Amino acid sequence: MGSLRGQLLPPVLAIAFAALLCTITLLISGANPGSALAAMVGQVGEGTTAVDIVNSASVYYLAALAVAIGFQMNLFNIGVEGQYRLAAVVAAVVGGAVALPTGVHAAFIIVVAALVGAAYAAIPAILKVTRNVHEVISTIMLNAIAAGIIAFMIRDDMFGVLRGNNISTAEIASSGWVPGVPLGGYGTLFGLAFLAVAVGIGYWVLMNRTRFGFELRAAGESPTAATAGGVNAKRMILVSMLLSGGVAGLVAMPELLGRDHTYLMTSPAGYGFTGIAIALLGRNHPAGIAFGALLWAFLDKSAVALDNVGVPKEIVTIMQGSIVLSVVVAYAVVRRFELRAEQRRVGQKLGGAEPAAATAGGAS
Amino acid sequence: MRRMRGVVLAVIALTGAMSLVACAKDAGRRGSVGGQAAACKLADKPELIPGLIATTTATGERIDGSHLRVGLAFDVGGRGDESFNDAAAAGIDRAKEELGITDVREVTASHQESEDVKQSRLRQLAQDGFNPIIAVGFSYADSLEAVAPEFPNVRFALVDATVEGAPNVTPLLFSEEQGSFLVGVAAAYKSRNCHVGFVGGVETPLIQKFEAGFLQGAKAAAPDIRVDVKYLTSAGDFSGFNDPEKATHSTRGLLDRGADVIYQAAGGSGKGVFAAVDDADGAMAIGVDSDQYKQKNLAAYRDVIITSMLKRVDVGVVDFLRAVAKNDLSAMPDVLNLKENGVDYATSGGKLDDIEDVLEAYKSQIIAGNIEVRDRPGA
Repeated sequence: MGSLRGQLLPPVLAIAFAALLCTITLLISGANPGSALAAMVGQVGEGTTAVDIVNSASVYYLAALAVAIGFQMNLFNIGVEGQYRLAAVVAAVVGGAVALPTGVHAAFIIVVAALVGAAYAAIPAILKVTRNVHEVISTIMLNAIAAGIIAFMIRDDMFGVLRGNNISTAEIASSGWVPGVPLGGYGTLFGLAFLAVAVGIGYWVLMNRTRFGFELRAAGESPTAATAGGVNAKRMILVSMLLSGGVAGLVAMPELLGRDHTYLMTSPAGYGFTGIAIALLGRNHPAGIAFGALLWAFLDKSAVALDNVGVPKEIVTIMQGSIVLSVVVAYAVVRRFELRAEQRRVGQKLGGAEPAAATAGGAS
Repeated sequence: MRRMRGVVLAVIALTGAMSLVACAKDAGRRGSVGGQAAACKLADKPELIPGLIATTTATGERIDGSHLRVGLAFDVGGRGDESFNDAAAAGIDRAKEELGITDVREVTASHQESEDVKQSRLRQLAQDGFNPIIAVGFSYADSLEAVAPEFPNVRFALVDATVEGAPNVTPLLFSEEQGSFLVGVAAAYKSRNCHVGFVGGVETPLIQKFEAGFLQGAKAAAPDIRVDVKYLTSAGDFSGFNDPEKATHSTRGLLDRGADVIYQAAGGSGKGVFAAVDDADGAMAIGVDSDQYKQKNLAAYRDVIITSMLKRVDVGVVDFLRAVAKNDLSAMPDVLNLKENGVDYATSGGKLDDIEDVLEAYKSQIIAGNIEVRDRPGA
């Protein structure tokens, strides 16, 4: 599993399989896969699409990192969705209400968002360590509750402002904006895309170069073994969930501070679920996740281009779904394959005859 | 052994009796529609003010729009949603016939997509040379604010919203509350229990306009009427526009409480409302946006659809295209009201024939300004 081949082969297989599946689907539905592919690739050079892909990828990257932190501790934080949306709306309300100097204002909003995300993730974390409530159940429920709280907060008799038929929070003053990198006709790169990169680096350092990261991964692999080794597994659950929530809180920040400056009723949802898929695709590795985020963003933007040339854009959803499904299958297959190869190697070293246990284990 | 058989018999008898009771209860519940309560005491019908209601929409003069390349960006659901988007699609289809337009590209939004995706969609239409471009749905407002200034020579129209400071964007606004008022009156007249219901897709300001008008219309016709309101999802969660299953359950809840005329403004969830109404004895439904009695995919429920509140997006679209073809947008109204035929009620199926005079009377009163319809519930 540790080999580079073992790491890279499954996603490549998965993407190839998904592409094959989509080709067949397109052929059955009577569309031309060639022109569809041409439209998808061609769009990247057109207008602002390339920059849009990077911008969206930075958002997806943060969401996937939030999920990945939980995965490292063997926690399935489905609540990233609720955590990021609640953080976004609270940060937008707070940011729209305060007046602070340029820079400080934006930093304050970002800190608020991270804290809200962490605080909302604290609920399932505390339930888990004190009452052993499974985080999948509690975070799913909390997602629904977050949607309710958001709807309440953006009511026009609460913090909402009517904008025609839309509702938004009060607009954040320009001191709270994070300027982007203007790239002329190619659009504007979100300033906070760099925050995503920084968080990615921080994640790598934390997991691979600190004692905490080691303890976290150890506790994730086997809580009992880690406890025997002197690691407080409950503390690890709590801290990793709070970290996950904190990063989740940042998810909406690039769009909020870089483009929208307000939380709208029509603000996009679903980044948390996208993050789960990308974390799976990237195998919790910061570089893998970055690749997954870019791929996902590219596919998302392709929908528009495909719609434009008359190819059903739902093909993108099929592609994304089949990538996730096949990546999971591919990892299992490759892992089993490698396990058998290793057992064979060990068997050969031990002297000729394959151990019966390895054969039984591998052939099942 | 004998005793055993006795026990078995007793058990069978008991379960039989219990299921009979359950059946009876069930029948009672379903039968309650039209049973226990009486019809409304109706308010006096207003006078018909003659000469206000336009009978024909035809403008007479023949306009050639064959040179136009029309881009149409639908909201989520797109062509085939049987409702809002289909009303816009109907407009395009009519424009093809009446104005000779041939080159139309239709693109559709995805569920809760990001802002830049909306912008790319509009931008790509403009870059590919489409002009005019019609954006369906208020969620395009911010995107148009960004994109329209980039293409000052392209004419845009935006359904359901205005864009400040963009002279090349023509808003197509409708007074949904006025049309809803009329179907509210119809509901009050048709209800046997003096109890009606409203099912909204998502609790947004736009859908609240439908609710407000319906409420006011029903109360105007029958001051004692009970109106129950149910939204499928709250603001920010747009799944309510595409969840027929949920709509069926919610509607059943309203019917069980005794409502017998249900008005839905729920987009793609609407067929779930019709399904629930169709299931209940004697209940009736009111459609929305398009004339849903005539929709092919809803044909199974047409018996219960007594009318539909027509939001004539098609009229708006055709008027706009006509104006663009003439290169004169000055005649476009700010808001398409009852007066402009921007909203209306459908009469297909003939289930309102007996009260059409009443509805026309209320209509004329609204057009004359004697009845002012609120656009927010409870305000």
